[in-house]
Amino acid sequence: MFVVATLTFVLLHAAPGDPLTAIMSDARIPPEVVEQTRVNFGLDRPLHVQYVRYLWRLVHGDLGTSFAERRAVSHAIRDAIPNTLLLAAAALLIDFGIGVGAGIVQGMRSGTLTDRALSIITLTLYSMPVFWLGLMLLFGLGERLDWFPVAGVTDPVTYPFLSPLGKIADRLHHLVLPAMTLGLVGAGYTARHQRAAMVEAIAQDFVRTARAKGLRERVVVLRHALRNALLPTITIAGLALPVLLSGAVLVETVFAWPGMGKLAADAIGRRDYPMVTGAAIMAAVMVVFGNLLADLLTRAADPRTRSAS
Amino acid sequence: MNRLRVGVALVGALALVALAAPWLAPYDPTAQLDLVTLRNVAPSAAHPLGTDLYSRDLLSRILFGARISLSIALFAMTIAVTVGTTVGLTAGFMGGLVDTVLMRIVDAGLAVPRLFLLLVVLVLWEGVTVPALIAVLGMTGWFGTSRIVRAEVQSARGREYVTAARALGAGSVRILTRHILPNVAGPIIVVATLGVGQVILIEAGLSYLGVGVPQPTPSWGNIINDGRHVLTVAPWISTAGGVAIVLTVLAFSVLGEGVREALDPRRR
Repeated sequence: MFVVATLTFVLLHAAPGDPLTAIMSDARIPPEVVEQTRVNFGLDRPLHVQYVRYLWRLVHGDLGTSFAERRAVSHAIRDAIPNTLLLAAAALLIDFGIGVGAGIVQGMRSGTLTDRALSIITLTLYSMPVFWLGLMLLFGLGERLDWFPVAGVTDPVTYPFLSPLGKIADRLHHLVLPAMTLGLVGAGYTARHQRAAMVEAIAQDFVRTARAKGLRERVVVLRHALRNALLPTITIAGLALPVLLSGAVLVETVFAWPGMGKLAADAIGRRDYPMVTGAAIMAAVMVVFGNLLADLLTRAADPRTRSAS
Repeated sequence: MNRLRVGVALVGALALVALAAPWLAPYDPTAQLDLVTLRNVAPSAAHPLGTDLYSRDLLSRILFGARISLSIALFAMTIAVTVGTTVGLTAGFMGGLVDTVLMRIVDAGLAVPRLFLLLVVLVLWEGVTVPALIAVLGMTGWFGTSRIVRAEVQSARGREYVTAARALGAGSVRILTRHILPNVAGPIIVVATLGVGQVILIEAGLSYLGVGVPQPTPSWGNIINDGRHVLTVAPWISTAGGVAIVLTVLAFSVLGEGVREALDPRRR
């Protein structure tokens, strides 16, 4: 994490210009005010002093003050994180539900027409710009067919008057399109890996043994082959997280979903750099936790890694 | 079905389109033909893909967009692969402290989702130019490559041919460039090919967020972005940009997997 923090600091200061030139380059602002603001934000100090102060604040959970919103970046992120987590969790569910499902079907019938057709579909999904798929779903299922709401987390008008159950239904209804967009693109990638893992597992000796024992094909595939083929997929889940969060920036923007990604995307337009760096650091924290979780899951699922440690 | 051949054919066709854009395109891609009567016109004989919000011919923009999007992706990937290979070779061959420091940097680079990383770099940039965008995309894309190269180098380092070269008195640089590099080139080519498609997707995302290729240059990301404001009246604009991207990324994915199959007999 220390290296992540340093990296963001270095990248930021490698860019041409000063954080304030972007927002205060208006000629009508008197030079004294610009200078005072610079002092207030500590931008007049030498670089190494700024760096130490930045790290010191960071370890105390202080990500600085947003230029545009005039509130602590940590507060803005705290408000946005639950939305992003909900979206990411729903997307992961769709991603692995469809991805693993398609992968199993393809692995069982590798070489058939079904396999080829699914291969083309998953490769196409994987090749899509996630925000474009979002726009197309928004236009087709949202605008034209009017099946799903196109923006936000809840209905702005009716939400306060809904029953508790209705409130949950409204939230889920709003979640469908963004989660589907993010999940489908990921599912393309997951399915390709799951297929490869299944094909490899089915060719193994223990599957032949299981077949020789006279077990039904279903049992052979689900109990014997799949259990082994799922392990690499859990590792993929950890790796999929950074891609998922990158996608969230775009999907949240398309569907006006008030999460961390939208926070960062909005901040870009306003040149609000404490907000952008804060969001990037928090995204890195989430990735590190996600990888940890994937490691623990692999350990729980695979006895071999347990005995090795 | 030979994926390598299909991939080469698809990518070759794309390259031809990009090179021949000035002759194929019916109009100037940035010319605003008639702001009164030719805005958001549906596809027709005169404008096969229709026109956009500023009455520019969409087909011409897509064709010229191939030049912009492909060249950005190719140049950025060249930078990424060069840096990634250099770092990977150094870390894998030197080991010790150099390896530890370099790999910590790589870990950090991989932990920050790439789009966030790019936003951090681009937030202070007022008006990004295309060369700057290429540099930024290249410098944020080498982390994965360096890790793969490092792993390959570590396994190659102990092989007999390296020991033999050393016994013949070859220096480190010579061993690295003449003996190890050719042996680890395969995975690098695969990563680079698959990476081109990813850079195209990321460049489109940046253009969508307004920090990518500056307007009115036609990049496919810009075209989708132009179309999103008029999605209900002129859905063909965003659709065309997206289809162009999907086909291109698909072509590079097929080529990359084809190269992988050709290099790795196990997967054939």
